[in-house]
Amino acid sequence: MAELRKKSKNSQSLPDRIFKALTFASALIIIVLMAGLFLQLVWHSMPTIRKFGFEFFLSKQWDPVNLQFGALSSIYGTIVTSVIAMIIAVPLSFVIALFLVEIAGPKVRVVVSQALDLLAAIPSIIYGMWGLFIFAPFMQDHIQPFLGKYFSFLPFFKGTPMGIGMFTSGLILALMILPFISAVMRDVFQMVPPVVKESAYGVGSTTWEVSYHVTMKYGMQGMLGAVFLGLGRAIGETMAVTFVIGNAYTVSASLFDPATTIASTLASQFSEAVSQPVFKSTLMELGLVLFIVTFGIQVAAQWWLNKIRRSSGGGL
Amino acid sequence: MKKRPVFMRKFTDRLVKVASVIAALVGIFFLFWILLVVVTKGLSAFNLKFFTDISLDGEKGGIANAIVGTIVITFTAVILGVPAGLLGGVFLSEYGRSSRIGSIIRFSSNVMMGMPSIIIGLFVYSIIVYNTGTFSGFSGAFALAIIMLPVVLRTTEDMLSLVPNALREAAMALGAPRWKVTLHVLFRAAKTGLITGVLLATARVSGETAPLLFTSLNSYYWPAEPGWHFWQFFNSPTANLTVTINDYAMSPYAGLNSIAWGAALMITAGVLALNITARIFFREAKK
Amino acid sequence: MKNDIKGDIKISVRGLNFFYGSHQALIGNDIDILTNRVTAVIGPSGCGKSTHLRVYNRIFELYREQKASGTVMLDGENILSADVDILELRRKVGMIFQKPTPFPMSVYENIAYGLRLHYKLGKGEIMDKVEKALKSAALWEEVKDKLDRPGMALSGGQQQRLCIARAIAVEPEVILMDEPTSAIDPIGTAKIEELVGELEKKFTIVIVTHNMQQAARISDYTAFFFEGRIIEYGETEQIFTKPANKKTEDYITGRFG
Repeated sequence: MAELRKKSKNSQSLPDRIFKALTFASALIIIVLMAGLFLQLVWHSMPTIRKFGFEFFLSKQWDPVNLQFGALSSIYGTIVTSVIAMIIAVPLSFVIALFLVEIAGPKVRVVVSQALDLLAAIPSIIYGMWGLFIFAPFMQDHIQPFLGKYFSFLPFFKGTPMGIGMFTSGLILALMILPFISAVMRDVFQMVPPVVKESAYGVGSTTWEVSYHVTMKYGMQGMLGAVFLGLGRAIGETMAVTFVIGNAYTVSASLFDPATTIASTLASQFSEAVSQPVFKSTLMELGLVLFIVTFGIQVAAQWWLNKIRRSSGGGL
Repeated sequence: MKKRPVFMRKFTDRLVKVASVIAALVGIFFLFWILLVVVTKGLSAFNLKFFTDISLDGEKGGIANAIVGTIVITFTAVILGVPAGLLGGVFLSEYGRSSRIGSIIRFSSNVMMGMPSIIIGLFVYSIIVYNTGTFSGFSGAFALAIIMLPVVLRTTEDMLSLVPNALREAAMALGAPRWKVTLHVLFRAAKTGLITGVLLATARVSGETAPLLFTSLNSYYWPAEPGWHFWQFFNSPTANLTVTINDYAMSPYAGLNSIAWGAALMITAGVLALNITARIFFREAKK
Repeated sequence: MKNDIKGDIKISVRGLNFFYGSHQALIGNDIDILTNRVTAVIGPSGCGKSTHLRVYNRIFELYREQKASGTVMLDGENILSADVDILELRRKVGMIFQKPTPFPMSVYENIAYGLRLHYKLGKGEIMDKVEKALKSAALWEEVKDKLDRPGMALSGGQQQRLCIARAIAVEPEVILMDEPTSAIDPIGTAKIEELVGELEKKFTIVIVTHNMQQAARISDYTAFFFEGRIIEYGETEQIFTKPANKKTEDYITGRFG
């Protein structure tokens, strides 16, 4: 009669417990990696943190010969290029999402969605090459002279049009993050319950009024999440920017001037820094800054996206 | 009661609609512009030598070693990253769905997915290259595996979550242990989604450059010298397409620039082909 | 509850309580299920009839917040005890669900899969047992030429009979059926009802149904559940012709539920 009894007290079999442990261990790797990443960067940054202290963030000095480094130019360039990218990409993404959800027919929607997916799939070094050899000269010959001529009263558009620089980098970044932001925004738009939209149309609203007053209000948190995801990408994008920003360690008001970003400094200086402990530590500290900023942005993005997911119950 | 003019409301609506069509067209326009440039410039670099030779002379060489290197590095990354990602995804979907540790892991993967790849490169440099004292193809594969891991993990979780509970219950009611239910029934039910996820993640990492600058670096030789000294992959810089593009595009020599364009076409075609294959596969299998 | 059922007892339930988190779904259930009989479990939706059934093979344990207490004796052994081999329990107590649940495999593999879980068999033996199970489930004639087609490609009624074949292939002693025809068309339903009559000879069957005609047609005994309690249990004929309890009478005459 005791055929259902087992020797062990646990009703989970041994292979089952091993399997569960294995999946748990695999899932834990991701936490270990994230923590390890942070600790490694801190550890390797210590020499420069000790040497330069907080002064590091205020100095724009970049002198590999005398080993004097400051992060200001990199941080400034990162902020400016990201801001340019966001100013252009966010409204464009919003109307593209609007197009995909409210305006386009099913066939057009598929074609445009797929085109945007491909745009997002192109490796960033390709954007870099295209930017350097094609887009930067185009900017130099056509766009920048025009802006310089008519908007030179603004400090942003002064200086020699060289093609490369913060302005061109910002535009390419905008193009690169456009598919990401619009894809998330499209999903957020689709989470608005049809009933809500229908009742707004029911009182005689136009498509734009429904989108602006209803969809946007309803999906505000999700869209903030989308914006932050895009910002995270813009800030960390490396190869495309490295090719077109000019890698100059300066802080200039003119967007036409070459500059540098944290990521492009890392990519372009690393080969020289390998043999110089202080130089290498400087790059590690820049990496640490990038890590912390990205972490903060991701926390914000996840927080907002989770809020909208929970309120609508749908999956993103 | 004062009425808002209908004309203005309709005009604004029309204006926004036109803007949205233009915005969509802008996206498509740039896609075609970039692809057109890559294809025309890339094709003119193609010749037999380009595919069979390794480039030592700089001017008229080939990138065979880089093609092989990229394949080897990517393949190794898949082997390192995919099993862990699949298993971790199983944990989130089957064991840790509403647990605290589950949400911490989910959050960490989302953060790691948004982490710039260059940071991952820096990390792998500091744990492998720095400690072993040598750049290596393997360290590059390791970095790419770290980038793949959270993507595969989250896709696996999402795809397994789509499998109805009825199927889990049916398999368990038959007396199948949990691990068999997962590997035999759930994985089979979610097969399409899982394969698509892995292909998309592979496509993404195979076009990565930044992490390889700190790990694989580049080389003018075959990934393993004739006689197949396999160990080279673990202790020497390894040729690959993306860093080759980086090096040659920045070069002042037009010949090298041209080779860079050829390599750019190779990697773009490869990445997009993988990407499109994954999407078509997913759509066809869904029917 | 009066319990005056006489016969060879397969499952004996005493003081069964069930909780979804803090919500109690079953309250003090006592029931004896007889060997080689069909027992129907009826009651309005949400009365706990499915919940009750899902205790017999401990399938509820898939969900962490679900807990059962009390005793459920299967052949004199308490299956709720912690040291029960749950996989062997589930081999002995098979289950059929509301919607057909073919695995994403071929018709043949669907049945062979369960066999391989529990037995070491050669290829020929498996084929024999697959054929036998399909014949017992009255499906063999319809699928013998498409054994390598995906299980999902069959019709709804055929899928459900495939699931029955899969369950009986591992030679269980009890078969639980949780509204097995609720997602099946009338012809498919008739075939499954007919099948239940055949299976009764070899298995003990407990079937949850919301269809009272079905309960009356196919079962020997009927238990009426209401708000987590077993209100009345007895021979099907007695329950449907002269119910002892007012609530049972109201339910079977269609006054509520």
